[in-house]
Amino acid sequence: MIEFIFDLFKPAEFPIISRILFAVLTFAFIGGFVIVAVWLERKVAAHMQDRLGPMRVGFHGILQTIADTVKLIIKEDIIPSAADKVLFITAPFLVFMGAFLSFLAIPVSEEFTPSDLNGGLFYILAVSSIVIPGLVMAGWGSNNKWSLFGAMRSAAQMVSYEIPIVLSLLVVVMAASSLNLSEIVGAQKVGLGGFSGIAGWFFIRNPFLFVAFWVYIIAGTAENNRTPFDLPEAESELVAGFHTEYSGMRFAFFFLAEYAAMLVMALVVAICFMGGWLPIIGTESAIPGFVWLLGKAMSIVLLQMWFRWTFPRLRVDQLMTISWKVLLPITFVLVLGQGVWSIWIG
Amino acid sequence: MIQEMTYKPDSMILNMGPQHPSTHGVLRLRLETDGEIVNKVEPVLGYLHRTFEKHCENLEYPQIVPYTDRLDYIAAMNNNLGYVLAVEKMLDIELPERVEYIRVIMSELNRIASHLIALGTFGLDLGAWTPLLYTLREREMILDLFESACGARLLYNYMWIGGLSHDLPVGFVEKTYEFLDIFDAKVKEYNDLLSTNKIFVERTVDVGILPKDLAINYACTGPVLRGSGIKWDLRKDEPYSIYDRFEFDVPIGNDEIGSVGDSFDRYMVRVWEMEESAKIVRQALDQLPKNGDVQAAIPRKIKPPKGAEVYFRTEAPRGEIGFYIKSDGTAKPYRLKMRSSAFVNLSVLPEISEGWMIADLVTILGSLDIVLGEIDR
Repeated sequence: MIEFIFDLFKPAEFPIISRILFAVLTFAFIGGFVIVAVWLERKVAAHMQDRLGPMRVGFHGILQTIADTVKLIIKEDIIPSAADKVLFITAPFLVFMGAFLSFLAIPVSEEFTPSDLNGGLFYILAVSSIVIPGLVMAGWGSNNKWSLFGAMRSAAQMVSYEIPIVLSLLVVVMAASSLNLSEIVGAQKVGLGGFSGIAGWFFIRNPFLFVAFWVYIIAGTAENNRTPFDLPEAESELVAGFHTEYSGMRFAFFFLAEYAAMLVMALVVAICFMGGWLPIIGTESAIPGFVWLLGKAMSIVLLQMWFRWTFPRLRVDQLMTISWKVLLPITFVLVLGQGVWSIWIG
Repeated sequence: MIQEMTYKPDSMILNMGPQHPSTHGVLRLRLETDGEIVNKVEPVLGYLHRTFEKHCENLEYPQIVPYTDRLDYIAAMNNNLGYVLAVEKMLDIELPERVEYIRVIMSELNRIASHLIALGTFGLDLGAWTPLLYTLREREMILDLFESACGARLLYNYMWIGGLSHDLPVGFVEKTYEFLDIFDAKVKEYNDLLSTNKIFVERTVDVGILPKDLAINYACTGPVLRGSGIKWDLRKDEPYSIYDRFEFDVPIGNDEIGSVGDSFDRYMVRVWEMEESAKIVRQALDQLPKNGDVQAAIPRKIKPPKGAEVYFRTEAPRGEIGFYIKSDGTAKPYRLKMRSSAFVNLSVLPEISEGWMIADLVTILGSLDIVLGEIDR
């Protein structure tokens, strides 16, 4: 019986069922992560702000998010009468799709990758761009001026920050000479001077990779629309930005997508700069690979939460200035520098 | 107030408020925007109008005090003070020393509490959540002090004509000293978290510059006027109550960072003013007379002579508030008019915010620090 269940996961034997099962499991994983992450975010915020946060539902409010989710599911589904129904309904799913599809290429451990694509990194970058039309559709379809402002801001912002992201990851690709995520992790096994463990991780390999690491964190935070780059949903300016008119389950999908995108960004950092599933010392460890990967990703997620509860928000033009006039020239220098480094030092 | 706007094909009319997170209440702004740029701003008022002045014509003088609480509800003590001083001037009442000192202590503490809200919500307008929670934490301590003195935390009705509703409770002075010791260190924390933050500085410096002449022409007062570099503070220039007995500075905006009169200056003036207020409270506590009946001078009946009229102005946290009262010889005023500082300060908004972006409009509005309860009355 158990063997039969394992067989269900083999694409060779059950081509359709296995794929559906993977999709359901990934969805369940994202859902579980979001429930924990939302609770964590509220707790992190609360303790940074000298308060307790949710305390009533379950131990230290751990079930609060589940209660909130149930509330969102049973809420009335409201579509404004002036909205463009097709766009309004499709948009949340499209936005969620961008983050959801990225999980397909994430190498979870040395043995297991849902889909070991040769151009894995390229695939993730391409798929996460689906989010942009989704946001524009949400803003336009809502037929609300604030939503439109939010959608326009997010489109401009994400298109601009896509470039520093791609160029900073190009530095990694040059160092690993591969687009395959498993091979990128493999290239971080042994570092300079033959040391393994943390010495092999890309972000401390050379100065160019170190700067690329921070460029990616800044640009990735902007790509996820998180503070200090949360202009598309800046509540003090645009009420709620592109999801002003959304409520209930459709709003929950935007929420889900935001946190899923945050996890994808953190996973990419963990894989490309922090050695993926590799342990912190040596190459072998009793702790399984996916725990290392998730642990590294969670540290990046916590960093993003720390940003959010510390910084004020930038203005639109300042946001664009950072992307085009600061990050972009830096990444050009990084790509050049990494090329020189690869040739002469190795 | 409401005028038709000429419709241009490349501009959009946008309604900001009355239900909007950063209009500080129920203010409505009609904007004419070109993309993110705001070309025209038109404040539309009246959503919180409660006919305060008409009410006063049907109330006896002491009954008006709780109504003044509800004007600028964030600084109720200062409103109480403005009104009772006006009536006391009309009746020529000599106050016990202890009452004068307690009034100063209370209004300066309330000024700190009010500026703390201004600071926190200004941070919130710029997208920083945490400073608000920090400032509310310190405001909570002030509210606890007020609660111990008069039982209320927001609308105090503490200052009565000729006296106070209660004397200070046992331990109030010690607790206030304790608060001041904590507070002095906290100001540094706000500066570290907000005032010196690179993003905060970028967002506020040179945004919404209010030149000196414009500030005077529009009769701006309070931190808005002082932010533009004009040293004018009624506590110093036209001392009322016993303010001439204390030593304090009047901080003004300077050009160390950015131009004089920008949003950053208006913000920084509030931070400095809190420190000066703390100094005044400390001096007042040191000099506070130990004994004295705080209700000794409360008149049995309040009936100013027929035809008596008075205008009295005081420095509230948001600027100058004034009460004009005319008597017809009965126990109720014939007419009461209030000069609201926030109302006058808001009138300068269209002048200084045109041509800026929507995000800057929110910054400028936050730096003016309006309270709709006082604007609409």
